[in-house]
Amino acid sequence: MEKIFQKLSFSSASLVFVLLVGIFITLYTAAKPAIDEFGFDFITNAEWNKELSLKDESDTILDEDNYTDDDAILDEDDDEMMLDDEDDESMSKTIYGGLVPIVGTLLTTLIALAFALPIAMGIAVFLAEIAPKNISNIVGVAIELLAAIPSIIFGMWGLYYFAPIVADIVGGYQVSLLTAGLVLGVMILPFMAAISRDSMNTTPGVLKESAYALGATKFEVIKDIIFPYSKTGIIGSIILALGRALGETMAVAFLIGSIFVLPTAINSPTISIPVAMANNFGEASGLGESALFYLALILFVISFGIISIAKFYFLKKAN
Amino acid sequence: MTKVFQIALATAVLVSGLNATDIIKGSGASFPYSVYQKWIKAYNKETGLKIDYIKKGSSKGIKDAKARSVDFAGTDKPLSPKVLKKNGLYQFPAVVGAITMGYNLPGIYDLKLSRAAIVSIANGSIAYWDNALIAKANIGVNLPHKKLTFIHRADGSGTTYNFTYYLSKVSKKWRKTYGAKKSLSWPGDHHIGGKTNSGVAALLKQTKYSVGYIDYADAKNNSIAMATVENRAGNFIKPTLKSFQIAAAKATLNPKKDFYAVIADPKGADSYPMVAATFILIPSEKVDMNKDVIKFYNWCYTNGQDIAKSLGFVPLPDSLTNKVKDYWSLKGINL
Repeated sequence: MEKIFQKLSFSSASLVFVLLVGIFITLYTAAKPAIDEFGFDFITNAEWNKELSLKDESDTILDEDNYTDDDAILDEDDDEMMLDDEDDESMSKTIYGGLVPIVGTLLTTLIALAFALPIAMGIAVFLAEIAPKNISNIVGVAIELLAAIPSIIFGMWGLYYFAPIVADIVGGYQVSLLTAGLVLGVMILPFMAAISRDSMNTTPGVLKESAYALGATKFEVIKDIIFPYSKTGIIGSIILALGRALGETMAVAFLIGSIFVLPTAINSPTISIPVAMANNFGEASGLGESALFYLALILFVISFGIISIAKFYFLKKAN
Repeated sequence: MTKVFQIALATAVLVSGLNATDIIKGSGASFPYSVYQKWIKAYNKETGLKIDYIKKGSSKGIKDAKARSVDFAGTDKPLSPKVLKKNGLYQFPAVVGAITMGYNLPGIYDLKLSRAAIVSIANGSIAYWDNALIAKANIGVNLPHKKLTFIHRADGSGTTYNFTYYLSKVSKKWRKTYGAKKSLSWPGDHHIGGKTNSGVAALLKQTKYSVGYIDYADAKNNSIAMATVENRAGNFIKPTLKSFQIAAAKATLNPKKDFYAVIADPKGADSYPMVAATFILIPSEKVDMNKDVIKFYNWCYTNGQDIAKSLGFVPLPDSLTNKVKDYWSLKGINL
């Protein structure tokens, strides 16, 4: 019986590992055409879906205001279709550059974290230490309910109700980096709050009571006893929240504006990696689809990297 | 043991029930999805035949048609006779829809947009609403000196394809620089993307001083003001069912070329310029299934007219449906 149990748990753990490696291999294989074509320039190039004509530019550029001339020329081509894409791929080359989605993903995550972290810590401290029992229960349930709301509901609520409010307060566009970051913050808030609160609740009563006996104020106890003790739990919750924020698609898709332009201010529209993929996968093919997989691979590496760094750094410190 | 046996039996019965072969499967374009759904429901009510159409986008529909994963596919972008032959597919139009220029300008009720204005809005060269290009067509209207926000689709779509095809027909410069695409990196510095037509509708309603292309059905459902646009003949046409029908009648869809044409910017004094046909692909070798598919569409041509009109689409005119019927008999599929 012991052996079976050991074998079962070992295979479950190795299954996770196998899945991880499998996903990485799949992404890499699908992204290979784009990696071969663009290399590392993909990460620094801000132009997505830009067509470069390979013919030489001997055609004269027509006067923009002179539309009657354009109509006269096009009359002859009346029944001719202008579609030559499938047959004429030698005529132009499309360049994909992933800088804008990468920057967008990192910035929205940063904004979400900056907004949610202090509030989540405040909620956790309130629920664990300060609130009386019945309020703590009710608010605790409310936080958990917030975590259960599907992300597309956040997207639609954000688009119809929250975005106009943000535009009224800050000015500028309704859908932007700021709106997306704030709603993302609301979405990751419950995870951080709930897990941090649970972690804080595990602080042994003895430690707290000794501190109070020595004359510490409530704030000092929270700062010097509870936070250091529950540090690993809190870091763990932040990592979980980071993971969700990096990959969040539907809510951000409605709220970020979806344009491949580097943001110039906090309230300018831009795009993030999951949104770029969600928007374009339906109609993508060939090099375009491969470029989307390249973005997916980059997101995979970023998430993995950030989480590993956070874990190693903070685990080392805790030890 | 008996409980397991019962569950197994129930599953077997369910699975065999699901294997019913009289479900016709389709997938593809989302532009005509609302019409197809209502047609399917009405057809099922009358004949009891079930059809299952999933909207995945024209590209996925074309992929499915090529791979024979579905019995028919919907596409907003027609395939050329060469590609159809290579993949053994037949193609015919199903319904016509219209794209309108929705706008949000408080206090302005009848905005007129000339062809030059539409192209300039799309390529980002118009910064403020009181620009000469727009003012020229709206004499006497007090256009505000506010920044113009252009709203487009964030995701790849047949609506974008048809709109950019129209722009390519109107402006040679657009044709050369961008062409007709299902999704593109829009130029200019004051534009935002909405996810699906409803996302665009929401943005149009909420963003003041904005303008964007949106299909007629969604604009009507969301009470978005639609601009009067200039057509090929130089007349300014309001987006109404009648002007769409006139435009659809002028469509040069040729059965000899497998109806390979985009009907944007038709001739005619009263034609609405931004109309778009959507097509159906069927695999050439599935003779029996094709009979069922064209029976359905033939039924829709005659009995689905009111449904299409109520949703803001234009049912194909008789001249065109006769051409489609000839095409069917030409290809050996008899009703």
